[in-house]
Amino acid sequence: MVKVRIDGKEIDVPGSITILETARRNDIYIPTLCHHPKLTPFGGCRLCIVEIKGMPRPVASCTTQVAEGMEITTSTDAIEDIRKLVLELILSDHPNDCMVCEKAGSCTLQDLAYAYGIRDNEFPGERRTYTTRDGNPFIERDLEKCILCGRCVKACDEIQGVEAIDFGYRGFKSKICTAYEEDLDCEFCGQCVAVCPTGALTGKAWKQQGRTGGLREVDTVCPYCGTGCNITVHVKRNEIVRITSAEDTANEGWLCVKGRFGYNFASSPNRLTKPLIKRDGVFVEAGWDEALDHITARLGEIKAQHGSDAIAGLSSARCTNEENYVFQKFMRAAVGTNNVDHCARL
Amino acid sequence: MTNSIREIEGMDVLFIIGSNTKESHPVIANRMIKAYRRGARIIVADPRKVPMVKFADLFLRMRPGTDIALLNGIANVIVAEGLQNYDFIREKTAGFEEWKKTLEQFSPERVEQITGVPKEDIIKAARLYGGSRKAGIFYTMGITQHTCGTDNVRAIANLAVLTGNIGREYTGINPLRGQNNVQGSSDAACMPNVLPGYQRIDLPEIRQKFEAAWGVTIPPKPGLTATEMMDAAVEGRIKAMYIMGENPIITDPNMHHTTKALEGLDFLVVQDIFMTETAKLADVVLPAACSFEKNGTFTNTERRVQRVRKAVNPPGEARDDLSVIMEISRRLGYHMEYRSPEKVLEEYRQLWPAMGGITYGRLEGKGIQWPCPTPEHPGTEYLYKDGFPKGKVNFTPVSYNPPAELADKEFPFVLTTGRNLFQYHSGSMTRQVKAIEDHAGEPYVEISPEDGHTLGVSDGDVIRVISRRGEILIKARITRRVSAGTVFVPMHYREAAANALTNDALDPDVKIPEFKVCAVRLQTAS
Repeated sequence: MVKVRIDGKEIDVPGSITILETARRNDIYIPTLCHHPKLTPFGGCRLCIVEIKGMPRPVASCTTQVAEGMEITTSTDAIEDIRKLVLELILSDHPNDCMVCEKAGSCTLQDLAYAYGIRDNEFPGERRTYTTRDGNPFIERDLEKCILCGRCVKACDEIQGVEAIDFGYRGFKSKICTAYEEDLDCEFCGQCVAVCPTGALTGKAWKQQGRTGGLREVDTVCPYCGTGCNITVHVKRNEIVRITSAEDTANEGWLCVKGRFGYNFASSPNRLTKPLIKRDGVFVEAGWDEALDHITARLGEIKAQHGSDAIAGLSSARCTNEENYVFQKFMRAAVGTNNVDHCARL
Repeated sequence: MTNSIREIEGMDVLFIIGSNTKESHPVIANRMIKAYRRGARIIVADPRKVPMVKFADLFLRMRPGTDIALLNGIANVIVAEGLQNYDFIREKTAGFEEWKKTLEQFSPERVEQITGVPKEDIIKAARLYGGSRKAGIFYTMGITQHTCGTDNVRAIANLAVLTGNIGREYTGINPLRGQNNVQGSSDAACMPNVLPGYQRIDLPEIRQKFEAAWGVTIPPKPGLTATEMMDAAVEGRIKAMYIMGENPIITDPNMHHTTKALEGLDFLVVQDIFMTETAKLADVVLPAACSFEKNGTFTNTERRVQRVRKAVNPPGEARDDLSVIMEISRRLGYHMEYRSPEKVLEEYRQLWPAMGGITYGRLEGKGIQWPCPTPEHPGTEYLYKDGFPKGKVNFTPVSYNPPAELADKEFPFVLTTGRNLFQYHSGSMTRQVKAIEDHAGEPYVEISPEDGHTLGVSDGDVIRVISRRGEILIKARITRRVSAGTVFVPMHYREAAANALTNDALDPDVKIPEFKVCAVRLQTAS
């Protein structure tokens, strides 16, 4: 344990953690843009600077570890001036188009501009302009909104192990791109989208469908593999328009391409919407009563003629525990056979 | 899984065999990468150079279907080098000495001959896995979908108990379940030989418990497995089937056989969300709700029961499966009147002690892992902490038998099948997603550059893949993922269905088909 003092408050800290983490654990606010709790620290944005007694210059709290007796001040006029300057510099090269941006309302940069009251561009001059170049159907990239925080690069490397992207070029020409700007070799997990603090990375399918916060959100479980990732389904009227996952879930907020981008089968026009009965080899729409009567009559006949064991049922791993329980109970108790199975072997 | 997904990051050695984790369980792979970044050593055993190989210390590229030889070979080296866990063997196992004798025939030299894995690598794997007491084994269908699938699993279990790598945090045996609720469907006993909670149907006292709760007589004789049902249908013993949310035409082996089986039925009901290839053969098709459209619970691969919550209404007149089944049951004269899914779980948990403490109220938040016998019980992160249910666990001698069908002169290639990252199972869901179809909508067969060269096949050429059971036309993808002599076709694509080719030979114990090995011939399409 080490003892430190942050903004006059004495805090015991277990082991070697950073000043930023200490502050966050103790509910002390320090603004950040490039920091992400699940990624290694970068120290790139310089918003998290703090003053430490005895040190001549402010230091980045995300990359500085606490030490015994440290006296830390998270906010002074000088620090706030620097933070505001940093933000003004970032915003001087950022499209001022929050009114149409997908990220508005959940954008860290927008929140900080709001908090620091930055509206006018203090540094007019050359702007980075990019033509969109991506053929992928999942992720929308808008490099003009990229603040080069590097979160996407770290997520792709540290979390996904793919290393599809990295920083390219230097200085004003810096950008996030693939090696030699060749075609993207990507798993499209969208981890980069999840950690992007601005509107630089979004889901293609989300476009103009509704921003985070303006939609109804329902927590449920992903319909695909057996990992059981927890997802938040964003719903506009009766349609799913986005899927996200919170950082404190069992899956730590990470998803795969199917879980994050594979949801709109639910609203496909090809969904079955009415019971169908085959007559002379052709499906004909029927009412539920008619269809169910037909099923019970035929199952009843076959059971009477050939016995219960001439009937078999297959349930589904896509169905809930409750539906599976009821299905096997139905086969055993109502039909009278143990011929019931599902796709565990397939 | 005997462990939890969370525990993966604390393991020192990960032995991944027959699992393409990065594509089939991408978010579990994220945990493995976390372990890797912490310094864990990874062994991957697979016929294909799957993406996890990038993180592996050791890649054992084995011939398809030679898992037992490889696993026994590794065990043999562990014993020869004295890396076994003597205390664990003495206290918690039986039959070690007899089993040990059966390993002698699996010398590294002979195992190299069978598997194609260099003997040095077999020894390295034994030292890595056997040298760790925080090692986890991970497998999926690459282990189980063989005629020797049960024996493959036994060989894995032998390895774990030999080293005592089970029953503690950060070490265990971890089959990764491939479908969102395949664990839950098994738990709930959509299986022919057990009642909910794996309680044997042939035991009178078990049946009596359920008969008292359900108010009916339960037939004592175990029923047919899914694969046996298809045989029985062809033979005319099964006359009617009720299929809820499955697409066996695409997912069962030997598609022509499955088609014949379902076409021959007197009556077929399919309840699904799309007009699947299976639904097309039905007499009645009922429109179902998908999991975004209903309430309930799913149980994931780490035995975690989690809440599924309704987000949107089903389209048109589609109904949730629960209400449909209850209604048909009522019409057949057996009344099940649950007012909500929660009431079903209430009954279910009374009948299976491991689920006894799980209620909807407790499932808010992160869910609960069974066993959870009482309302106060926190759930179980890893199994066998307090020993094995049967007391001592037996070493089971496992002999190596080759797959049912081997490559020969007429069919000189081995076909293995599986999933890719973008599509899911029979494709009934993912193939409706435009973005996924745009990116990965085309079937392909993976062929090694050597075989491509010999056959005169280039990347993108359409070729014919022919087995004894069927043939498909499919684009060639020339890739080093497969080695010479082996080809791979993903299972998802109806227009070039892998299961038109696969062998429906079954494991004698659990009746799982041998999807992972069959013999094929490749022909240029012109």
